[in-house]
Amino acid sequence: MDDQVDHSRRRLLTAATVGTGAIGVAFAAAPFLASWNPSARAMALGAPVEVDASKLDPGQMLKVAWRGQPVYVVRRTKEVVEHLGDHNDMLLDPNSDNSLQPAYIKASGAARARNPEYWVGLGVCTHLGCAPLGAFKPSDEFQLAGVDLGKGWPGGFYCPCHGSKYDASGRVFKGMPAPKNLTVPSYSFSKDAVIVVGVDDAAESA
Amino acid sequence: MAASPDSADAGKSRGLIHWIDQRFPLTSLWKEHLAEYYAPKNFNFWYFFGSLALLVLVNQIVTGIFLTMNYKPSAAEAFGSIEYIMNDVKWGWLIRYMHTTGASAFFIVVYLHMFRALLYGSARKPRELLWIFGCVIFVLLMAEAFMGYVLPWGNMSFWGAQVITSLFGSLPVIGGTLVEWIRGDYVIADATLNRFFALHVAALPLALVFLVIAHVMALHEVGSNNPDGIEIKKLKGPDGHPLDGIPFHPYYTVKDIVGVAGFLLLFCGVIFFEPNFGGLFLEAANYVPANPLQTPPDITPVWYFTPYYAMLRAVPSFAGTQVWGVIVMGSAVVVLFFVPWLDRSPVKSIRYKGPIYKIALALFVMAFVTLGICGMHPPAGIYPLLARVGTAAYFAFFLLMPWYTKIDSVKPVPERVTGHA
Repeated sequence: MDDQVDHSRRRLLTAATVGTGAIGVAFAAAPFLASWNPSARAMALGAPVEVDASKLDPGQMLKVAWRGQPVYVVRRTKEVVEHLGDHNDMLLDPNSDNSLQPAYIKASGAARARNPEYWVGLGVCTHLGCAPLGAFKPSDEFQLAGVDLGKGWPGGFYCPCHGSKYDASGRVFKGMPAPKNLTVPSYSFSKDAVIVVGVDDAAESA
Repeated sequence: MAASPDSADAGKSRGLIHWIDQRFPLTSLWKEHLAEYYAPKNFNFWYFFGSLALLVLVNQIVTGIFLTMNYKPSAAEAFGSIEYIMNDVKWGWLIRYMHTTGASAFFIVVYLHMFRALLYGSARKPRELLWIFGCVIFVLLMAEAFMGYVLPWGNMSFWGAQVITSLFGSLPVIGGTLVEWIRGDYVIADATLNRFFALHVAALPLALVFLVIAHVMALHEVGSNNPDGIEIKKLKGPDGHPLDGIPFHPYYTVKDIVGVAGFLLLFCGVIFFEPNFGGLFLEAANYVPANPLQTPPDITPVWYFTPYYAMLRAVPSFAGTQVWGVIVMGSAVVVLFFVPWLDRSPVKSIRYKGPIYKIALALFVMAFVTLGICGMHPPAGIYPLLARVGTAAYFAFFLLMPWYTKIDSVKPVPERVTGHA
């Protein structure tokens, strides 16, 4: 009986059936996998946010949520702004070559801002996404959350999770767990100190 | 009624069992896995933890089912529903503390269960697949514990989830898309909580139960190892059963009940007197609702993840990416899968191994505990250095094992299991 069976034909048919079935499974799986992507509602909530920073005193910081992420707006003191370029040799990426920011921010050099007085950036540590703390007062012996930020602290951010330190432009220091400078989102000024996060060129309505 | 020839010798009182046996292999399953599963007669203290892990699994499933009856898996309601369970649901506090303490107990017994395998060479041939099933269970257990920790939607839940999902973002090219896919949003959000709930209560427990069944089936296929690391199946009596084997039931069911009693004493002590266990089992920062704009001053995972977390932090970023820490942490788990092939010693049990393995295992335990302590502290002062030394020692134990087990001296292995326990 066995010699009447065409084995190569049977193998081909089995392989073809298995192959067809596998393609079917792959197609059937696609909608389930795609359902994990951000939903239409989540994407709609990614709209721009307007921030009025005029009430900030120098050395203060404002946090707003944009796309559910914390955006920091810092009004830097004159002293901090003047010395931003002094510690480039201590930074991992002083010119922000490997960091994320719009071209006009990268072009602004050490300030990393459209207006050097106001720094805007995501409060999301580039290491693992914690929210860094602000420590904007330059000092020789700056203590924050029980951590000594070191001699000659120029003012900046300290991430409490894994100890990354950034300067006041969100540029990370060398030897930190964080690999990049803090990300700067697209933003623009619609009025004097009114910042629109998420838009490159808000209409100036002076 | 005499439908089959062997129905005659089934007594009148066994009528129901007989009726079932003709339709389902009840008696043969009972015999194969309990009454006639011959286990070595020299099991000691270290052999309690397999059955205890099963007990904790049942505890987690039963208490978990009751928790879902009052828990709300939404970002707006989750934190409140946990408070509701704790304050208003009758005995809700007990059910929740049994679940939270059970999570830590699970890792305690599983870590001790795995340590037992390192002591007596239980991973080695012919038990490689048994060990691999166990490693997969360990990985799934970590995923299950992590997602369960997110559900109360406390601030540590939120930021813990932020850190762990960001790990995937460090992968080159696909990282960013992958993280959004896992989160279902640009950040940890309601969508993330909801899907973690689905995975925590349905997908992962199902997978865990199937794997535990596979683990036990593989064990019963090859037979249990023992503190002497010798195969009892080699010497069989005239009845065909191993000379050094005794039926699992009643001998080890009774022994395991003693283990269960001792375990429950400690377990209930924690539940009733110190459910937070000094902030180790339930962290203070998780008694504050999730706040996406405010990181807790110090993010630490629950104690059972801290050794791996310390490894993650010990590795600095390099070449513009921090993927290296993630790779090191992942490798620390992956390397476990290879233990059956890394150990080249001619003997299995530490009883007959030489001083090198004993020292190596002691150093490994010290490194693991040190890493655990490092992971609980902010990365400042001595801790980053300790974590790096600990990470090196952890990997050295596994990666150098093929060499140091080969040159190590060994003692002669007895034919029969030894009497002392």
